[in-house]
Amino acid sequence: MSDSETLTGKRLMRLRVNGEPQEVAAHVTHSLLEVLREEMGLTGTKHGCELGECGTCTVLVDGEPIYSCLMLAVEAEDRDVTTVEGLALQSRPHPLQRAFSDLGAAQCGYCIPGILLAAKALLDKQPNPARPDIEEALSGNLCRCTGYTKIIEAVEQAVGEMRG
Amino acid sequence: MKKNGFSVIGKPLPRIDGPAKCAGDTRYADDMVLPRMLFSRLLRSPHPHALVHGVSARRALELPGVHAVITGADVPTKFGIMPSTQDEEALAVDKVRYVGDPVAAVAAVSEDVAQEALGLIDVDYQVLDPILSIEGALAAEDHRIHTWNRRANIQKAVSFEFGDVDAGFAEADEVFEGTYFFQGNTHLPMEQYCALATYTPDGKLTLWSSTQTPHYVHRALSRVLDLPMGHIRVVATPVGGGFGGKSDPFSHEIAVAKLAMITGRPVKITLNREESFYVHRGRHPVKMWMRTGVKRDGTLTGMWFRSFLDGGGYSSYGLATVYYTGALQTVTYELPAYKFEGVRVFTNKPPCGPKRGHGTPQPRFAMEVQLDEIAEKLGLDPVEMRLKQVVAPDSVTVNGLRVSTIGLRECIEKVAVRSGWKDKHRALPDGHGIGFAASSYISGAGLPIYWNDMPHSGVQLRADRGGGVTVFCGSTDIGQGSDSILAFAVAEELGLRPEDVRVVTADTDLTPVDLGSYSSRVTVMTGNAAIQACGNLKERLFEVASEVLEVPADDLEMEEGQVRSRSLPDRGLAFAECVERAETRFGTLGATGSYRPPRHPGDYKGAGVGPTPSYSYSAAVVELQCDGDTGEIRIDKVWIAHDCGRAFNPLWVQGQVEGSVYMALGEVLMEEQIFRKSGVHKIPSILEYKSPTTLETPPIETILVETDDPEGPFGAKEAGQGPLLPVIPAVSNAVFDAVGVRIHEIPITPDKILRALDQRLKDPAVPDFAFPTPIRWTPGQGVEVPQKS
Repeated sequence: MSDSETLTGKRLMRLRVNGEPQEVAAHVTHSLLEVLREEMGLTGTKHGCELGECGTCTVLVDGEPIYSCLMLAVEAEDRDVTTVEGLALQSRPHPLQRAFSDLGAAQCGYCIPGILLAAKALLDKQPNPARPDIEEALSGNLCRCTGYTKIIEAVEQAVGEMRG
Repeated sequence: MKKNGFSVIGKPLPRIDGPAKCAGDTRYADDMVLPRMLFSRLLRSPHPHALVHGVSARRALELPGVHAVITGADVPTKFGIMPSTQDEEALAVDKVRYVGDPVAAVAAVSEDVAQEALGLIDVDYQVLDPILSIEGALAAEDHRIHTWNRRANIQKAVSFEFGDVDAGFAEADEVFEGTYFFQGNTHLPMEQYCALATYTPDGKLTLWSSTQTPHYVHRALSRVLDLPMGHIRVVATPVGGGFGGKSDPFSHEIAVAKLAMITGRPVKITLNREESFYVHRGRHPVKMWMRTGVKRDGTLTGMWFRSFLDGGGYSSYGLATVYYTGALQTVTYELPAYKFEGVRVFTNKPPCGPKRGHGTPQPRFAMEVQLDEIAEKLGLDPVEMRLKQVVAPDSVTVNGLRVSTIGLRECIEKVAVRSGWKDKHRALPDGHGIGFAASSYISGAGLPIYWNDMPHSGVQLRADRGGGVTVFCGSTDIGQGSDSILAFAVAEELGLRPEDVRVVTADTDLTPVDLGSYSSRVTVMTGNAAIQACGNLKERLFEVASEVLEVPADDLEMEEGQVRSRSLPDRGLAFAECVERAETRFGTLGATGSYRPPRHPGDYKGAGVGPTPSYSYSAAVVELQCDGDTGEIRIDKVWIAHDCGRAFNPLWVQGQVEGSVYMALGEVLMEEQIFRKSGVHKIPSILEYKSPTTLETPPIETILVETDDPEGPFGAKEAGQGPLLPVIPAVSNAVFDAVGVRIHEIPITPDKILRALDQRLKDPAVPDFAFPTPIRWTPGQGVEVPQKS
């Protein structure tokens, strides 16, 4: 099935996004970013350059943060993709989401989905990061509003909360 | 204020839009999809300056999937943000004036097809010599970029003399002069420009756009499309960063509106990152010359300031910008005499416009660096020198600006103490330095962009019989938190929780006009309008409650979801019940409020730029390391104090201050909008246009200084732009402290430091220019206007 082309030259792809297996028809030349947003309606993932320069479109693929504008959707087939829509547990926000919201770390909010995922990837590997670890992990994600101050404080607050 | 003080104002509570933004649930413009939607792309000029003799879309229209192509002939009416400089066309009619100037627009079934169609549009250009510098623009008297302006390539030249400047310099013990250059830079919001239009069978047009100024877009659409404003709805979607860059009406907005009208289908356009660098409207490159007279103790006796602005291809906000480069020098330190001359020229580059601080960071850089040099030469402490001459509260400046509250002294003292200034200045080891600067900014422009006496901000309030309250306002949340400001202002006034107030904003069909998110005006103006609307609603609620509770109306207050007696706290009525009774008595409940800034004393031509409800004040100390071998700068820490009136919400104010410091560091260290001789942008990508990441952003210690301004809602002033201003000169002054060289250019890049250390960095040259005869004005000539304070 995965080799079949549709009338418009699209191909049927199998993607596993936020734990749900999905079949989606998309052009093989289209990026994971485009397919998530345009074919699957997951517009929580944003774009800032579509050239791998700003980090805004960061998602997790098999737990690793990647720029979804630089990965073809076909490359993500049969792998686990996590987007911002998959962060909350049902209606319960992830501690990172809660901390970002509580501290005002989201101003315009446009870079925040990508930053949340980059932060989650860090915390999944390193539950007690020091401040330089956080700065390093988020250094591939630009934010023009906050000066990163509240963002880093929010990650630290979430760390505290997750430690319980 | 209520008996027990504020219930939500001043508390570090979360914004109302945080949960949705952190869930990825906020719908920005490009997240919108409508059935049958087409996609648009713009064909842009590859030439910086050329006549357009013809555009043929014949081949493009033959491409399957292309629904329409429009050119300048379809939208020929000129427009522009300022009424007196309407010099833009949505698509070039007969001339292009910068690389990237739009020439044609396509609507097609997909972005890919629209992009392919651009290559099939034939344009007959006659290439002209480009003008790419201020000097080039002034010299090219027979070669004009525009024809409407009186003097070739000069958009606006202004000249003022306030007080007697010659006498001021004659009185001085020392007179200092310097030249300065502030390179242009761009806003770089993470969200690119995006707009979506639909034209429905009833002949009504709707435009959703990532804009800071839906009201001005509304006006421009009506003008260019020749539709009544009542038939157009403009909705500003949540803006993914603006910083001034989304404040003009734009070609892409007009193009998708026209394409929707032609095709009868929704049309969306999303500009790519490269295009965003060409749309620009960012910080003007400004060359400056400044002369300052001082007494031996550092007291200012007079100042003469000249600015030369490189405006790019169109006027945009430039008329205001040129005035802003000269307006606010007077509001920080006592200045008895001041002369200002400014000129903005056209060049064949993307138009410059307002970026955070709008026209004031450049002169503030020049001024605060020159003051640092003066202190150095006179053997004074730069902090002490400034503290001696801070402007007095409730005073009028030499150029007729009225200063109400001023927390500058406290800002200066606090950053000096917290940073350990006294122990560090001129005392740090080689290669380490500390620098200081201070500044001021407006809390909203005192005048609207088009002349009228109507409110600058309007609020409508609806109280529902279930106890729900909805606030409607035209204001636009660009990330600064203006929606939350409304919710909190209403919650405070009506004794509700912010989460119980619904907010509807930035929709010209549903909300009363607010002029837009620019000039740091929104908190002060919408906050005041909201308080007034609440007051009007409360009158009715109190009338009913007074009868039910058998206490006089002036004994009532609203707190914790109740209308209750101050003197007899056990007498209270639930808010919802009170609303129900009031609706029974008066019918459907609604209230309005509006706000218009107070006038200032200055009454000369040009006095419209500079006035504001209140001035915010900032002071910064920067500590850094500068490597003498590589020229690299590493910022160790920034201390910033900001007079925000009252901190409406300390978390949000801190966020604005921190963001301002960050943006300033980008400007002073690395960001520049620069062009090749062909007029092509040198670095139109985020990879090459460097901006600070987490690794370049230092710890920022924010100190909020509260002055409780009588003109502010709950005493608040602005916080989103002013704190950018002192950081840039403070870095320059710290570099001098570290390695002993003065850099009179922004950005301060490693190559400039190395050249300065080798004594090969020349001070910037400023052009010769015959400014007009100055308008002369002295305080006391203006009208006295009653003020709240």
